[in-house]
Amino acid sequence: MAEIALRGVRKSYGKTEVVHGVDLDIAAGELVVILGPSGCGKSTLLRMVAGLETITSGEISIGGAIVNRLEPRRRGCAMVFQNYALYPHMTVAENIGYSLKIAGLSRAERRARVGKVAASLGLTEFLERKPGQLSGGQRQRVAMGRAMIREPRVFLYDEPLSNLDARLRVAMRVEIRKLHQRLATTTLFVTHDQVEAMTLADRIVVMNKGVVEQVGTPQDVYNRPESTYVAGFIGAPGLNLLHGIADSDQGVVTLRDGQRLAFDRARWPEIGHGPVIAGFRAEGVMLAAGGLTGRFDFAEELGAAQLIHATIAGETVIAHVAGATRLAGGEPVSFAVDPAQVQLFDASTGRRLAGENGAAQPAGLDIRDFAAV
Amino acid sequence: MEKRATFSNLWLAAALIAPQMLLIFVFFYWPSGEALYWALTLEPPFGGDNEWVGLLNFRTVFEDPKYWNSVRISITFAFFATTLSLGVAAVLALFVDRRLPGHQVYKFTFFLPYALAAPAVGLAFRFIFSPDAGFVSAVNRFYPDLWNPALDGYDAFALVVMAQAWTMVGYNFIFFLAALQSIPRTVNEASAIDGAGVLRRMWDIQLPLIAPTLFFLIVINITDSFVNSFGIIDIISGGGPARATDLMVYKIYTDGFQGKDYSLAAAQSIVLMVLIVVLTFVQFRYIERRVHYS
Amino acid sequence: MIERTPILDFLTHALLVLSFVALLMPMWIVFVAATHDFHTVNQVPMPLLPGGHFFENLAAAWERGNFGRVMVNSLVVALGITGGKIVIAALSAFSIVYFRYRLRMLMFWLIFITLMLPLEVRIVPTYAVAADALRPFQGMLDFAGFSVDLPEWNLLNSYSGLILPLIATATGTFLYRQFFLTVPDELTEAAKMDGAGPIRFFLEVLMPLSKTNMAALATIMFVWSWNQYLWPLLVVTDHQNYATATMQLQKIVPGPLFGEPPVWNVAMAANLIVMFPPVLVTILLQRWFVRGLIQTDK
Repeated sequence: MAEIALRGVRKSYGKTEVVHGVDLDIAAGELVVILGPSGCGKSTLLRMVAGLETITSGEISIGGAIVNRLEPRRRGCAMVFQNYALYPHMTVAENIGYSLKIAGLSRAERRARVGKVAASLGLTEFLERKPGQLSGGQRQRVAMGRAMIREPRVFLYDEPLSNLDARLRVAMRVEIRKLHQRLATTTLFVTHDQVEAMTLADRIVVMNKGVVEQVGTPQDVYNRPESTYVAGFIGAPGLNLLHGIADSDQGVVTLRDGQRLAFDRARWPEIGHGPVIAGFRAEGVMLAAGGLTGRFDFAEELGAAQLIHATIAGETVIAHVAGATRLAGGEPVSFAVDPAQVQLFDASTGRRLAGENGAAQPAGLDIRDFAAV
Repeated sequence: MEKRATFSNLWLAAALIAPQMLLIFVFFYWPSGEALYWALTLEPPFGGDNEWVGLLNFRTVFEDPKYWNSVRISITFAFFATTLSLGVAAVLALFVDRRLPGHQVYKFTFFLPYALAAPAVGLAFRFIFSPDAGFVSAVNRFYPDLWNPALDGYDAFALVVMAQAWTMVGYNFIFFLAALQSIPRTVNEASAIDGAGVLRRMWDIQLPLIAPTLFFLIVINITDSFVNSFGIIDIISGGGPARATDLMVYKIYTDGFQGKDYSLAAAQSIVLMVLIVVLTFVQFRYIERRVHYS
Repeated sequence: MIERTPILDFLTHALLVLSFVALLMPMWIVFVAATHDFHTVNQVPMPLLPGGHFFENLAAAWERGNFGRVMVNSLVVALGITGGKIVIAALSAFSIVYFRYRLRMLMFWLIFITLMLPLEVRIVPTYAVAADALRPFQGMLDFAGFSVDLPEWNLLNSYSGLILPLIATATGTFLYRQFFLTVPDELTEAAKMDGAGPIRFFLEVLMPLSKTNMAALATIMFVWSWNQYLWPLLVVTDHQNYATATMQLQKIVPGPLFGEPPVWNVAMAANLIVMFPPVLVTILLQRWFVRGLIQTDK
């Protein structure tokens, strides 16, 4: 167990910088998920912690010691790769025990420890097989076994579940979480899947284009996104975002077509009169006359509910509505939005506008809201 | 491997394949069949149809100590040239694959010798290693007559082995490097995280993973040393001195075209063909094995 | 990867530089020898730096080796073999992969087997066929009991004799076949839906997709054909008109053409001339050459 600290970490390939200065502290025993779309620099960041990529500038320390120039094998990290990276010519037992062999442990000791790890992962009967003869889920477990057996200070996972089918992915997610509860090893987990991030993480780091957008608990990033980027990325669907002019005296945002959307004036008394982006969850919208009116586009059927897509002031708004509606394309709809759930973002930077007592958020986190689309 | 979507115009299919079939019939199957016919017959001294003699030609061949000399030399030649070029190429590929600064230069130059014609290589080596001019002759200054491939069979043999190995190093290098680069980067990284240093990784991970390529290359190299070496032998030594470099292909050539004994040459060709076919089948067994890795 | 292995790095560089020198040294010596006069090149040890007689030697070699003529011959032969292979192999691979007929597998194996036996091991009978290309058919007619006399078609001392037997192997066919098998079925189906017949599909879909494979095949075949040695040696007796460049090497040392004791400086200049085209092709088209190598033999 060790804490990890990143200070101003940058990475460039030639002239293109892909990670633009990341600061991050991870406490010992914490499970932190780095979440972002592909190409956002999240894997690069992880690989820099592992020592697989050099660090262009900045500092990375593990357990209080700077590791910038330390070789991967001296960092005490174990890593699980997306394609598992098992040694194809070795048996499962040899794969898991390879690091012990290098460390010079006796054959008997190796066998004992491999046996123990394999048993805890349900791999005992496969020990003599080669990776080519295993299913995806079994390979995944071998990769985890290979990481576990070293009793590392830090676990690094690089999108380990993305090659599995949906069912297995859920099962492995649970296993990883359990493993972490049992071993309490500091863990850094990279994924592009927000459901995975939400369900696994103690804290989530949302990255975009080489920059950390937000660091926070799953509740934080869902309820209090720091930027429109995070707002749109987290949740299925993401936050509805509408451009307009805010007026804190009246507590309304005037949309482009002149309609007015009310917000909690008490939380943003200071913003005065200016362009903002207003955001609210699809779950905070009801079909009711007298609200924002727009044009109905279509409905996505979820079974127990529907996602109603509509165009309001030229922008798309999605409402999560229980039951069935019978609307035809092009018909007018009216949405009522709870003012307490409206959040405001700076129109030019996309950053969240700090409001007073902003912590007060009514919506509880419901895991079902993240069901994969 | 079958296509689901196919066309059904059979006349067209026949027309498309006809040129190829015609060529291989005329220049491959017919001659190969004729080789067998010649090997089993003898041309009468005063003309007329060939006379059926069964395995007589083979018996003549197998009873000739010069033939066994040639077989022995071919096998030794194949062994040394193959081992030398594969060994050097594997080491070079492993170290070039470390991708230290400048590795692109090697990637670009190491395979060049393979682009050269065998007789051109032969001529170059003949000059460089000539006993009285060129480059290596300097040793004779200090130890007179130490090196003379024109007179000493061992020297000549060593010289043709070197020339053959030199041309094949580049070829083998390319295949080894391609095999190394097809190992997923993460496998190497995983072993680095598991604690393996550079040399340990070469031994434990990279070498076993390029083993299938190695088996494949062994067959290619042996075949090449039987076949392509003709140009090297012809230019450097002409099979001499005293038949010290008289490889099987070269003997077929001299018996058939200088000695004009087609039947004897045909019988030897058949033996060589069988040898190469057997080698190729061995190779296929390993290709099958290779599939298991992926 | 972060790896701190200064000693090993040093050794790696040393090994690679040494090998670099060792592998290119022969070519360098050939070049150096080609730049000195007769006296200097026969010194022991010979100099390692080039002298000033390069163009003189080249001119002499060009003259004595009749290179004005044989280079053209080699070029015609190499281009003929390359072009022939590319076209014939594409057609036959198309037939094998995209049509379904009963003899397909037989054809496949018949072509496949030719991969195993290079021309060198069956030179004697192939030579006999080259002396009369209609001989196989005559043989079949005789066997079938027809007493028809076909005319003799002698390929010795002709471009067709140099080219055709060397096209008769399966290297290219297999390269195309492997590639065609990776072309998705959906593409063929889409072309059929759009109303394309087999010829149109072949010319307008398959061939443009095969461009890189063709380039690779062409590069490798050119070098391979240029470097052919044994076959031209047999087929050509009319050296004045049909000799190829590689053949001239046999006459260089010690030989009537270049004198005895060997005139090494001129011989090495001649060697450079022979080496030059394939080396140029591999350097310029390095990518294709390497790709072709790996694909044709797998």
